[in-house]
Amino acid sequence: MSLFSIFNVAGSGMAAQSVRLNTVASNLANADSVASSAQTAYRSKEPLFSQVQQQHTPGAGGAGSNTDDGAGNGVQVVGVTESQASIPSRYEPGNPLADADGYVYSSNVNPVDELVNMISASRSYQNNVEVMNTTKQLMLKTLTLGQ
Amino acid sequence: MSLTTDNLFGINTQALNLWQRRSEVLASNMANADTPGYLARDIDFRKALTAASGGSDGNLALQTTAPGQIGSGSTASNAPLAYQIPSQPSMDGNTVDEQVQQADFAANSVHYQASLSFITAQIHMLRTAITGGQG
Repeated sequence: MSLFSIFNVAGSGMAAQSVRLNTVASNLANADSVASSAQTAYRSKEPLFSQVQQQHTPGAGGAGSNTDDGAGNGVQVVGVTESQASIPSRYEPGNPLADADGYVYSSNVNPVDELVNMISASRSYQNNVEVMNTTKQLMLKTLTLGQ
Repeated sequence: MSLTTDNLFGINTQALNLWQRRSEVLASNMANADTPGYLARDIDFRKALTAASGGSDGNLALQTTAPGQIGSGSTASNAPLAYQIPSQPSMDGNTVDEQVQQADFAANSVHYQASLSFITAQIHMLRTAITGGQG
């Protein structure tokens, strides 16, 4: 139990948010991708966050300390889900990717959703960076205790 | 006055422990700000500090009626966590209010530094007493 575990917690938050930013980048890049069938069309991806219990070394917290009560929970990405929204199709017989009936299938990415997601992820990332900075300052001050 | 660290710095060491633990709790709240269903946690500082210092300062120790409750021997490191009351509902069941967490974290770090200053002042006082004001 020390300020060091805050680095792990904030670090896990930054890692999770960067995965989220990554999926946003991927979604926006593929917003205009087309495919020749609804099955192979690009589907919007979104990471699934879940809290994770920090690994405590046995005995580190001292006897009788209940360290598994919710403090020091980081976050982890348990998976990346694909949007089940319907795949829009367009009639483009001249497109090389068009199927037998002349249809192409574009992605179901909603650019507005993605931009909102991006702003939210960026803010959360900055939050975690600030937590790390503040914790670092506190630790440095603790090191100079008594001087 | 015996010179163990417990009563050398008074309640400040326990307070320091508590601020440290609370900053950890607030950090995990902020890390989970986008986790669906996550419930924001916090420490009731007054309750925890009373429990941590119970009996040692002439105060009455807390009576426990069940194992797991906070008795007089409890320390700041196993202070009980409570759940924060969200100011507004959210669709994914997450009760973390980022602005509140930021404000709490900032206040918490100021309090932490205040406890550090108190301990530093105590060390300076002792040093003055030891050296007789010569050093």
